[in-house]
Amino acid sequence: MRSPTVIKIDDVSKRFIIHKEKSLKERVVNFGRSRLHKEDFWALRNVTLDIVSGTTVGLIGPNGSGKSTLLKLVGGILQPTTGSVHLRGRIAALLELGAGFHPDLTGRENVYLNASILGLSRQQIDRHFDAIVDFSGIEQFIDTQVKFYSSGMYVRLAFAVAVHVDPDILLVDEVLAVGDEPFQRKCLERIRGFQHEGRTIVLVTHGLEQVAEFCERAVVLDHGGVAADGPPREALTVLRAEFETTRQEEIARADESSGVIRPRAQFTGVAVRTARGESTHPTIATGDPLTIAMEIKSDSHIGASVIGISITTPLGTVLYGTNTRLLGVKSPELSGVQHFQFDLESVSLSEGDYTVQASLSTIEGTELHTVPEAAQFSVEGEGRSRGPLAVASTFVSA
Amino acid sequence: MTDTAATRAVALAAEPMRIAGPQPGFFRGTVQSLRDISSHRELLGMLIGRELKSRYKDSALGFVWSLARPLALLFIYYVAIGKFLGAARSIPDFAVYIYTGLTAWQLFSEIVSIGTGSIVANSGLIKKVYLPREVFPLSVVGSALFNFVIQLVILVGATVAVGHVPMGARWTYLPLSLAVLLIFATAFALFLSAVNVYLRDVQYLVEIAIMIGFWVSPIVYSWGQVQGAVRTGWIKDLYMANPMTLVTMGFQRVFWVSGDSQVLPSHLGLRLGIAAAGGLIVLWLCMRVFARLQSNFAQEL
Repeated sequence: MRSPTVIKIDDVSKRFIIHKEKSLKERVVNFGRSRLHKEDFWALRNVTLDIVSGTTVGLIGPNGSGKSTLLKLVGGILQPTTGSVHLRGRIAALLELGAGFHPDLTGRENVYLNASILGLSRQQIDRHFDAIVDFSGIEQFIDTQVKFYSSGMYVRLAFAVAVHVDPDILLVDEVLAVGDEPFQRKCLERIRGFQHEGRTIVLVTHGLEQVAEFCERAVVLDHGGVAADGPPREALTVLRAEFETTRQEEIARADESSGVIRPRAQFTGVAVRTARGESTHPTIATGDPLTIAMEIKSDSHIGASVIGISITTPLGTVLYGTNTRLLGVKSPELSGVQHFQFDLESVSLSEGDYTVQASLSTIEGTELHTVPEAAQFSVEGEGRSRGPLAVASTFVSA
Repeated sequence: MTDTAATRAVALAAEPMRIAGPQPGFFRGTVQSLRDISSHRELLGMLIGRELKSRYKDSALGFVWSLARPLALLFIYYVAIGKFLGAARSIPDFAVYIYTGLTAWQLFSEIVSIGTGSIVANSGLIKKVYLPREVFPLSVVGSALFNFVIQLVILVGATVAVGHVPMGARWTYLPLSLAVLLIFATAFALFLSAVNVYLRDVQYLVEIAIMIGFWVSPIVYSWGQVQGAVRTGWIKDLYMANPMTLVTMGFQRVFWVSGDSQVLPSHLGLRLGIAAAGGLIVLWLCMRVFARLQSNFAQEL
C-alpha cells in the first residue's frame, strides 16, 4: 500500500517584517512614516513539498536559507504569509533541547514539565519515567535543581525526554550533535529505531554526513526556495556546488576590498581516462590504471604552483588525494594554456561510483581554483566486498 | 515495511489533514481553541505547579512571603486610613473590611499584572514549541488562585477572631463575585498579554492602571462614604459600572458581617449576574483577539 502524505506544504511563502521600532514613543513619533522603518524580508518563497509517512527527510542549505523557518512553519510555531501547511498525525518538535526546562526545578520536575510540553500525558510520563532517566544516565542527579547541571547533563536529560515522546512526525533542528560520543551513538540508534517504526523525521542539519547516512531524501534550500529535492547524493552535489560558488564569490569580494590582485589561473577541463582511452564517465575494474588529465589556462605568468587531485565518494568523503608537492615533483610554472596529467598506476577501489576533485594553488598556498566535481568514474567489481576499499582476501578454516 | 510501520501508515491514512498551528477564523476557531486548551489541561496544571514551586524556591520562608505583602498593606491602611484619617470610626471591624477588599484586589491585580507579562516571559518556549499559547496567561490565573485561597483561609480566621463569623445564605455572593472577578481578570490578562508582545509599553501602563483601579474600588473606604461625597447620579452609576466595585462589595457582603447595617447598593446579586454575563462576552472577544494576535508571536518576540 502507498504511504499517506503526512506533511503537505503548499506554495508557502513567509515574509518577515523587520521593524526598527518597538516602543510607543517611537511609533508615535514615526507615525505615518512607519513604512520607512519597516523592511521586508522573504525567508521562504513558494515552497511546495509533500512528505510521505515513514520517510526521513534532511533539510539542508547554507545559513539563512530558510531551513529553520520552514521547520517552524511545519511545527505550527510560525504561520505562513501565503500558502498553507497541512499535517496528519501527532507532531513533536525538537527545535531546541530543554526549551521548557526551568532552572529552579529539579530534574524530575523538569522531566514531567518538558514531556508534558511535548505532548505526553501524566500517565504516559509515569510509564516512561524510568526509561527516560535510564537513557539520560544521570540517575544520581535527578533530584537536583537543573541550574546545577553541567551542560552535558542538561542536554542528556532533554534529549532523553525528547526521544520518549511518541510522535508520528518528529522535527529535529540541529540538536543531534550533543553529548559525548557514546551518548551520540545512543541518540542515533534511537533515531534508527524511529525510522524502523515508520515515523516521519524531518531533520535540519549542517552535518552533511548525517544526511547521507540517515535520510532517504534531502531537500536543499537556497534563499528561501527549493534548490534541489531528491536522493541525498544528488542534493549534496547541488549543495556542494552552491557552497563552492559562494566561496568563490566571497574570495572575489575579499580580494576586491583588500585590493589584492590574485594571479588568475583555472582549470578549463579535467578528464579521467582509462588505459583503453575512454573519457566520459569511464568504468574500470579494480586495480586498473587511471589517468587524470587536465587543461589549465592562466591569464598571466604564475610562478611555482601546486596542482592537486583527489578521489571521493559521491557523498564527498575523500578516499585518496595527492598533489605535485606531496609527489615531490618540480612545481609546475603556469602560463598560457597547459596540459598536465596524473597517472594512477593501480586504483584499488571496490565497486561503486567515484568523483574526482581538482585543485590549484600557488606555492604559498593561495588558492587559485577548485573544482569539487571535476569528473566521475565507476569501478566494476565482482561483488565480493562492501565499502570503497579493495582488498584481496580469502577465507580458510584454520 | 515493518508491522509497526505499516499499522502507523494505515492509521495515518485514515486521519484527515489539518492545518499546522492554530485554526484560522474568528468564529470557527473558538471551539477549536477551547478544545486545544482542554486537551492541554495537564500541562496547564504543571505550568501552575512550576510557577508556584519556582517562585519562592530558594527562600527560607517560602510561601510565607506571599502573605507578607497583603499583611503589610493591611497594617498600613489600618493605621494610616483607619486611625489617622478616621475611616475606622464609620466602618465597624475596619481590619476585616480592608482585608476582604485587599484579598479580592490582590487576586485581580496579580492575574492582570503577571498575566500581562506571561507571554513575553515564556518567549523561550513559544519560539520553540507549539502549544496553545492561552495556557501561559491561564497558568497565571491558576497560581494566583492558589495564593488567593491561602489569603481566604486567613480572612476566615480573622472573622472568627473578631467574633463575626459569616454564616448561611450570604456565602452565595462568594462564588458569584469570584466568577465575575475571574472572568474579567482572565479577559484582561489574555488581551494584555497578547498586546504586550507587540507593544512592550503595555506592562508599564498596566502597573499604573492597577494602581488607579485600587482607588476607584471601595477597598479602603466604604460605599457609604462615596454616596456621602458624590451627589451626581451619573458619576455614581459610572462608579457602580466598574465590575471590581461590584466584586469588592460582593466579597464584603460575605465576610464583613458587622457591615450588614451599612448602606449597600440595591440588587447587588442582580448587578453581579449582569456583570458576569457581560464579562463572558468580553472574555470571548479577548480570547478571539488573542487567537488573532498569537499567530505572529514567535516572530515578534
